[in-house]
Amino acid sequence: MQGPLIDTLVRQGIGRRTFLKYCATLASMMALPPAAGRAMADALAAARRPSVIWLPFQECTGCTESMTRSHSPTIEGMIFDMISLDYHETLMAAAGQQAEEALHAAMKENSGKYLLIVDGSIPLGIDGAYSCIAGRTNVDLLKEAAAGAAAIVAMGTCAAFGGIPKAKPNPTGAVAVSDIVKDKPIVNVPGCPPIPVVMTGVLAHYLTFGSLPELDDKLRPTAFYGETIHDRCYRRPFYDQGKFAKTFDDEGARKGWCLFELGCKGPVTHNACATTKWNGGTSWPVESGHGCLGCSEPDFWDAGGFYKALSMPADPLKMGAAAAVAGAAAGVAVSFANRGKKRAAQVTHETTTLADLEK
Amino acid sequence: MDALELLTWARGPGLNIALGIFVLGVVWRLIEIYSLGRRTDLAPARQHAGASGLHTVLRRSVPPPGMLRSSPVSYIGGFVFHIGLALIVFLFAPHILLIRDLTGLSWPALPSQFIDMVTVVTLVAMVVVLVDRINKPAKRFLSTFGDWFTWAVTFLPVLTGWMAVQHLLLPYTLMLALHILSVELLLVVLPFTKLIHAFTLFGSRWYAGRINAHKGVPV
Amino acid sequence: MTATLERGLHALKEVIDAPIASYFSSCVHCGLCAEACLFYTETGDPRYTPIHKLEPLRRVYEQEYTLLGRLKKGLGLSKPVTDAELDAWQDLVYDSCTMCGRCSLVCPVGNDIVYMVRKLREGMAASGHVPDGIRNATRRTVEIGGPMGLKWPAVANVIRKVEEATGLKVPVDQAGADYLVLLSSMEIVNYPEYIEALAKIFHKAGISFTVASDAFEATNAGIQIGNSDLAKVIVSRIVDAAERLKVKRVLSPECGHAYMAIRWEGPNLIGRPYAFEVVHVLELLDELRGKGMLKMKSKIKDPLILHDPCQIVRRGGVLQAPEPLIQEVAERYIPIADKQKWNWCCGGGGGASAIHTEEAEALRAKAFQVKKRQIESTGVNTMVTFCANCRIVIEEGFDHYQMDTRLLGLTELLAEHLEE
Repeated sequence: MQGPLIDTLVRQGIGRRTFLKYCATLASMMALPPAAGRAMADALAAARRPSVIWLPFQECTGCTESMTRSHSPTIEGMIFDMISLDYHETLMAAAGQQAEEALHAAMKENSGKYLLIVDGSIPLGIDGAYSCIAGRTNVDLLKEAAAGAAAIVAMGTCAAFGGIPKAKPNPTGAVAVSDIVKDKPIVNVPGCPPIPVVMTGVLAHYLTFGSLPELDDKLRPTAFYGETIHDRCYRRPFYDQGKFAKTFDDEGARKGWCLFELGCKGPVTHNACATTKWNGGTSWPVESGHGCLGCSEPDFWDAGGFYKALSMPADPLKMGAAAAVAGAAAGVAVSFANRGKKRAAQVTHETTTLADLEK
Repeated sequence: MDALELLTWARGPGLNIALGIFVLGVVWRLIEIYSLGRRTDLAPARQHAGASGLHTVLRRSVPPPGMLRSSPVSYIGGFVFHIGLALIVFLFAPHILLIRDLTGLSWPALPSQFIDMVTVVTLVAMVVVLVDRINKPAKRFLSTFGDWFTWAVTFLPVLTGWMAVQHLLLPYTLMLALHILSVELLLVVLPFTKLIHAFTLFGSRWYAGRINAHKGVPV
Repeated sequence: MTATLERGLHALKEVIDAPIASYFSSCVHCGLCAEACLFYTETGDPRYTPIHKLEPLRRVYEQEYTLLGRLKKGLGLSKPVTDAELDAWQDLVYDSCTMCGRCSLVCPVGNDIVYMVRKLREGMAASGHVPDGIRNATRRTVEIGGPMGLKWPAVANVIRKVEEATGLKVPVDQAGADYLVLLSSMEIVNYPEYIEALAKIFHKAGISFTVASDAFEATNAGIQIGNSDLAKVIVSRIVDAAERLKVKRVLSPECGHAYMAIRWEGPNLIGRPYAFEVVHVLELLDELRGKGMLKMKSKIKDPLILHDPCQIVRRGGVLQAPEPLIQEVAERYIPIADKQKWNWCCGGGGGASAIHTEEAEALRAKAFQVKKRQIESTGVNTMVTFCANCRIVIEEGFDHYQMDTRLLGLTELLAEHLEE
C-alpha cells in the first residue's frame, strides 16, 4: 500500500473536503496559523507513508486500544491505518520468527528514517529481565531500535514517564524512554491512555513540516499539553464561585459543581481532555462526574491519592502527636532548668545595702 | 525532581516535617515562656468594671484613643493584613479542606473570587506596612533582621498562593508547590521568631490586663 | 563599692518572670509605644522608643531563660550584656523614663512595658548604673529618713506652724488613731498648706489621725532607683509604725510614687499583706464627699483643668475620685482631651526629677512641651493636680517656658473652700 495518502483516503470514502476540515481542526488545535491547515492538508495528501515501528514494553495495551478501537471510524484512525506500521506486536498478523524478521527488515530498510513509537516503560531491575521479547530485554530492544530511528514517540505515560510500573516501590526498576535514549529527538505523548488526536497531530506535524512540534520541558507537544485541565474545564466557574461537590452523589455533584474537593487533579494536569474530549468528542472524565486523576503527569500514581484534594496532605500526618510530646518534653526540660536557675538566683540573693549602690 | 514531585513532597513529607516542627516548637516555647511563673500580688486588690485579663485581651484589638490618628498606617494596615490573612487562611475552600483533613472540622467557604480580592488587598496592605516600617523612624530604628525576615516569610505564602491561583510567572504546579513550601517555611520559623506573637499575644494581653486589674485599672 | 555587672545580671535573673517572657516573645517591633512616650513625641529621637529601653533585659531573658538563647550563649553566638552597655542605657532607663506607663496602655500585643522597666531598674541599680541624683535621694532616705534629708525636728517644727495657723491639734505618735498620716518631704518643705488642709478636713469630719515621728516620710526612693531591698527598708518603717500604733488606715499623701510604694509595692516588698489598709488622700476625700461630709462654702470661679498624676491614676488605680472632687470645688472644670488614665506625664516622675544633670534637665524641659500643648489647647490658665512631684516639675516647666499658668493642689483647694 504505497502511494500518496489522499488516494488511499479517497479509496476509503473520505472526501477531500472532510480531510481539509480535519487538517484545519488539527492546525488550530496545535495553535498553528490558519494557513497551516491547507499546508498540512497538501503535505499530508502528498505524503508517502513513513515507516513506523511500534515497540511495546511494560504496558497494558491500553494505549493501543485507545489508538485503534475507539477511533476506528474517524480520520485519526484512518491516518493511523495509513502509516506503514511495520511492526506492532498486537496489531500485526505475523508472530514469532516472522514478526522479528519484519522488525529487522524494517529497521534495516528505513534506517535513519523510521519513526519509533514506544509504549510501556522499560524495566532495568535484574538486568532488564522483567520484560523480554524474543529472549531480549526491553532495554536492549529499545537501544537497538532507537539507533536507527529518525525520532521517537513515547506513547502513553509509561513510556513517557515510567507510568504505573514505576509507581512506588517500582519493583521492576521501570524507567521512561527518555531515561535511556539521549541522542534522538523524543516526543512524549503522556496519558493513560493518551488522546488519539494528539498522537495523529504529532504525526501530521512530522509529515507536514518534517520536524517535531514545539515541545515543553517535559518533551510534550505544547499544543496539547500547554494548558491544564483546570484552565479549560467547563466546571471552572464553579471553582471560582466556591461551589464544590462534597461527595459523588450530593446536590453539588448532581448540579455539576467543581470536583476539586473530591480530589480532581485538573489544576496540575497538563492535557487536552477538556477541549478534545474522548470517544469522538462524546465526553471526558470530569464531564462524567469524576475528577481528573492527572494521568498525563509524571508519577501521577503516587501524587497523594486520587480522592484527596490538592490542598490536603499527601501522606497521613504521623508526626503531630510525637511532635507535641517532644515539644512538651523540651519545654518541661527547659522549664525545670529555668526554675532551677531562678531559684538559685533568689537563694543566693545578697541583700543590697547603701554601699552596694556605688560602683 | 519535577514540579509535581516537588508538590507531592511538599504535600507529603514536607508538610509532615513542617507541622511536626511547628507543633514541637509551639508547645516547647509556650511551656518555656509560661512556666517561668510570677509571684502573687500580695497587695489587696481593687475592683473596677472592665478591668480584667479577658477585657484587655479583647480591648487591645481596638486602637486606643488618639493612636489611630498618630499611626493610621500601623493600625489600618495592620488590621487589613491580619484580617485578610485570617480570611484567606480560614475561608478559602482548599484551605478549609486542609483543616478538615487535619482536624475533622469544616465550615462553609467564601467564593474564590472574593478571596482573590482579599488576597490582593492583603498583599497591598503588607507592602504598605513594610514601607511604613522603612519610613517611620521608631519602626526603622527597632527593626532587626528578624523583622524583615518574618515579613518576608509571611508575605511569600500569600504572594505564591495568589500567583498560583492566577497562573502567574510559573506553571501552576510549581507555584502551588512553592506556595505550600513557603507555608511550611512559615510554620517552621513561627515558634522561634516574633511570629510566636500569634500565640503569646493572648498571654501578654492577659497578664497586662490581670496585673493592672489588680490595681483597678482597665488597660 | 560593690555594685558590679555580675550583681546586676544576678538581680535581673531573679526578677525575670513569665509576663516578661511573654512580653518579649510578643513584641513585633511595631514602634507604637513610641507614640505614647512623651520623650519620643517631643524629641522624635527613636532611641526613646520604650521597648528599646529594655534591650539589656531582653537579652538577659533570651540568654538565660530560653533554650535557643542558652545554646547561642554556650556557642558564643550572642552578644553579652556589658557594663559599657548598661552605662549607655542609663539615660534611657532613668532620664528618659518616668515610669508613667502610658506605653503599657497602647501596646497592641499587650506588653506592660513599665512593668519591665521597673524590673530592669533592679539590675541597673545592682550594677551601679544609676543617676547620682536618684542614688543620693535613696541614700538620704535610708540614712536620714527622706529624700531631701529632712529630720523629725524640722517636721515637728512645720507641724507646730500648721497647728498655729489652723488652731487645730496635729497628734503625733498617738496609738489607736483611725489614720496614720504620711507626708512627702516636698509637701513638708514646699507645700505645708497640704498639712493644714488635712488637719482641717479631719477635724471637720471628726476622724482621728496621727503622724508618726519615725515614719512621716511616705516617699520611697528605693522603688525609683529600683532596688527592692532598700525599698523594703524604707517601706518597713511605715509598716512598723502603723502596726505599732494600731491604726486602721494609713493615708498616703498626694505624692504619686509614695502611693505606688506604700499601696501596691509595699506588701510585695515585705512579703506579706498588711494589718491595715492603705488609702490615698483623694480616696478618703471622695469617701467623705459621698457621705456628704465635704461641703464647700464657695467655689473657684476660674475655668480650670486637671492633671492626673500617673502613679496615682493610671498606675495607681485612683480613677474615679479626682473628677467628682474637683467638680465639688470648681465652677468651670474643663476636662482635657487625654485625661484620667490617658493623661500625659509631667516629665519628672519615676525619680527623673531628682536627676540634675544638664542633659536630663534639658530633656525634661523638652518633654514638658506635651504638657504645655495640652494646657494651651484648652485656653485656661489654672491647672489642678494632686502630686507634689508633678507640682514641682510642672512649676519648673512653667518657669522654663515663662507660662503664666497657675498650678494648685487639689487637697489644698478643697480645704480652702471647705465650709467652716
